Amino acid sequence: MMNKLSELFDALYFTASNKAKSVLLREYLATTCDPERGWAIAALAGTLQFTHYKRNTVKKLILERVDPVLFALSYDYVGEMSETVAHLWPNEPDPDFVMPTLSEFVAFMQTAKKSEIETQLIYLLNNCSPNLRWTLLKLGTGGLRVGLSARRLKHILAEYGQSHQAAVTVHDIENLWHGLTPPYTDLLLWLENSGPKPDISEKVVFHPVLLAHPLQEDDKEKVTYTDYLAEYKYDGIRVQIVVKDTEKALFSRTGDNISHSFPDVLADFNLPGVYDGELLAMREGVIGSFNDLQQRLNKKKPSKKLQAEYPCGLVLYDALFVPTSIVEPKKEKLTCQTEQSIKNICHLTLVERKRYLRATMQCFESTISLFSEAFTVHNTAELDQLRTEACSDPSGYTEGLMLKRKDSPYTPGRPKGVWYKFKRDAQLVDAVIMYAQRGHGKRSSFYSDFTFGLWQNDPAQDALSEQPKLLPIGKAYSGFTDIELKELDKWVRKNTIGRFGPVKEVNKTLVFEVAFDAAHASKRHKSGVALRFPRIHRIRWDKPALEADTLPIFKKTHQIK
Amino acid sequence: MPLTKHNHPEHWIQVRPAGLYCIPAETYIDPWQAVENAIITHGHADHARAGHENVWATPATMAIMRVRYGEQHSPAQHHIEFGERIQLPGAEPVFMTFYPAGHILGSAQVLLEYRGARLVMTGDYKRTPDPSCEPFVAIPCDVFITEATFGLPVFQHPPIQHEIQKLLSSLARFSERTHLVGVYALGKCQRVLLGLREAGYTKPIYLHGAMLKLVQLYQTFGFDFGECIAVSDVSDLNLLAGEVVLAPPSALTDRWSRKLPNVLTGMASGWMQIRARTKQKGAELPLMISDHCDWQELLDSISEVNPQEVWVTHGREDALMHQAQKMGYVARALRLVGYDDE
Ligand SMILES: [Zn+2]
Ligand SMILES: [Zn+2]
Repeated sequence: MMNKLSELFDALYFTASNKAKSVLLREYLATTCDPERGWAIAALAGTLQFTHYKRNTVKKLILERVDPVLFALSYDYVGEMSETVAHLWPNEPDPDFVMPTLSEFVAFMQTAKKSEIETQLIYLLNNCSPNLRWTLLKLGTGGLRVGLSARRLKHILAEYGQSHQAAVTVHDIENLWHGLTPPYTDLLLWLENSGPKPDISEKVVFHPVLLAHPLQEDDKEKVTYTDYLAEYKYDGIRVQIVVKDTEKALFSRTGDNISHSFPDVLADFNLPGVYDGELLAMREGVIGSFNDLQQRLNKKKPSKKLQAEYPCGLVLYDALFVPTSIVEPKKEKLTCQTEQSIKNICHLTLVERKRYLRATMQCFESTISLFSEAFTVHNTAELDQLRTEACSDPSGYTEGLMLKRKDSPYTPGRPKGVWYKFKRDAQLVDAVIMYAQRGHGKRSSFYSDFTFGLWQNDPAQDALSEQPKLLPIGKAYSGFTDIELKELDKWVRKNTIGRFGPVKEVNKTLVFEVAFDAAHASKRHKSGVALRFPRIHRIRWDKPALEADTLPIFKKTHQIK
Repeated sequence: MPLTKHNHPEHWIQVRPAGLYCIPAETYIDPWQAVENAIITHGHADHARAGHENVWATPATMAIMRVRYGEQHSPAQHHIEFGERIQLPGAEPVFMTFYPAGHILGSAQVLLEYRGARLVMTGDYKRTPDPSCEPFVAIPCDVFITEATFGLPVFQHPPIQHEIQKLLSSLARFSERTHLVGVYALGKCQRVLLGLREAGYTKPIYLHGAMLKLVQLYQTFGFDFGECIAVSDVSDLNLLAGEVVLAPPSALTDRWSRKLPNVLTGMASGWMQIRARTKQKGAELPLMISDHCDWQELLDSISEVNPQEVWVTHGREDALMHQAQKMGYVARALRLVGYDDE
């Protein structure tokens, strides 16, 4: 029942401890039938999506019912759309109303026409309590944040399986996950020991990747360098490429299917298996800079022209599955057959996997992939030296070093001491706050998201001619302590000069020292500049805004035209 | 009587640094600093401060002030009953009458009459039934000064029975956990105690030390809270698992609460309706129990009182002003009245 689902979401939302969350969810799974409970899991995992039920639908409907001024003030206070609407929606109960089950709701939302969906949604919202409305709205608009990460959810599912004496680990679930689809009936039956393990071997799915820890200063003393292989860290995007039989797919590191963005790469790639690597701008085996790759990012359907102008390729550094025909590769002897079946080699050591990878690449010649060569560093001085070189490489496609433990298997997640990344130091710029917006979750009653900009020209020289002007270069919301958050919040309230929906324009008087990993050209910003991973490093309460950095100088230092 | 240049409250009511001031009576209402003459609407610390020369308050409010600030919180304590019309100091007569505000024990609205104009200052108030205090009455007036603590249409306080039931269900489900509920020591605490008893909860209820004096004071006014035990009188704190403990909100996260076994934190407040607020307070069990009006109660009160002007203060003024204007009233934020006169 919907009520039960709404109670579950509320309880999960307010419960702090992971243990208690697990109790709540397992109790729900044990007392709810299929396919209801599977849809609930989908909602929690963010795998439930509806084409015609979106945030904008909801916003439109509420503005037809509530005074826009009152809506704006309420939204500004609550800081979150679904909750604002849940409280504001007028109660108009119909005595004949029957609440649909979650699966009925899902089936309807997935099949009905847009106009039917609106009518039904209005009817539902008229008849629900605010808590139930919140659940319904969250189902449609996504972002059901109940403090349960995807990883936690899989842990709880594994615990649920273990409580039924099923031989299941969280790794099993991680590995299966991307091959399963809601409402997960096969998974749940397996967890309850009343069905076979779901078989996903035939499916082209994402396999969760192994993530690196940043190498901290004190790690350097703990690491025995000869236990690790070093590689360059390429400045592209991490991808996983999967080829099974005639099917292929390219995934981002989080498992999003990005095949449509790089049809050229996929077409030219023919190694059966699952590979881990970096996607980079690349022409005939020569790697381009991140700025070149930038032209291809966020393009859902790149034109033929764009593909030709900015070709891409891969640097492969690991293999999870390789063709069955590649046997025990030794340096001299390789067996090459064109057989397409593949085998899992995640349990092998890194050194062995790299040998398989090299052998496979030699057998199946691929024009658009390069092998990431590994080397050994012997001490910290050599490591620091190599990193400096990698970061200042004029070609601009390496951004540091990786250290990977030689004897480690390929384990999804972020295991300790297995992979380290040693990137270039963050860079800094002094920017001026222009706009502020409320944050999410715990921070939603504070102004914590900030847009900041640089002076278009040197304000000292500009002063005579006209008002100095700022152009935005980015947005950041991390890096504050709770005390700073409160001070900033107070500052925003005092310095608001305009309002655009939830966004407040503020006096251009406060400077942030913003840290970022790299700067590159961007057509989306009027400034022509975009930052990678910007975060607020320090609040410069002391610095006069007119002394913040200027765009021309910034572009010059970062070689942006 | 119509408001004129001669008697319009905008000429005789002012916002001064010390608080809301009635010029001809030389008297403040709920001043923020110690002053010569003070009318006190109710005992909450942001309204009732110590050290005024003259204080006019209801007997219950005065008793609360004595518990909080000592017998000598003011040298001249004028006890005024509800409905008793008195003349305030000042050359020209200003009459004052208290009416119940339904907020907490002793809480009053203040009616001021001057040159035939009638002004009501609500103080804090609510309309939902509350057995711990006298119910609000709508008093006809020309200018109605209303609080707006929950002055946004998102605020709809559910019946207290519903929220108490939430607490009882949680006690049944997590019977091994100490249910520590944050409540303000004055008003909320006593209301939750009565609510639990009304719902048939008969076990002892445990209280943080900060609650005791005020609970005892309510008892002298005839309220029966059943068995209440001070946490400090409990020899083995592990026995509190599965029990209800009431404590001031500030104690929820401090060292004191850490000595309780397996705590599940609740919080009884109108703010608990907003999820992010609940998260901020670290409450896992939000109980939407408010001693202020919700949005609909505010609108109903304005319609019932049907004044010529609505002045809004103490909270989210913008939305309520907007709505009052839509309802056809002259409305303004009180803070501006004072500035206009300066
Ligand atoms: Zn109060
Ligand atoms: Zn108050």
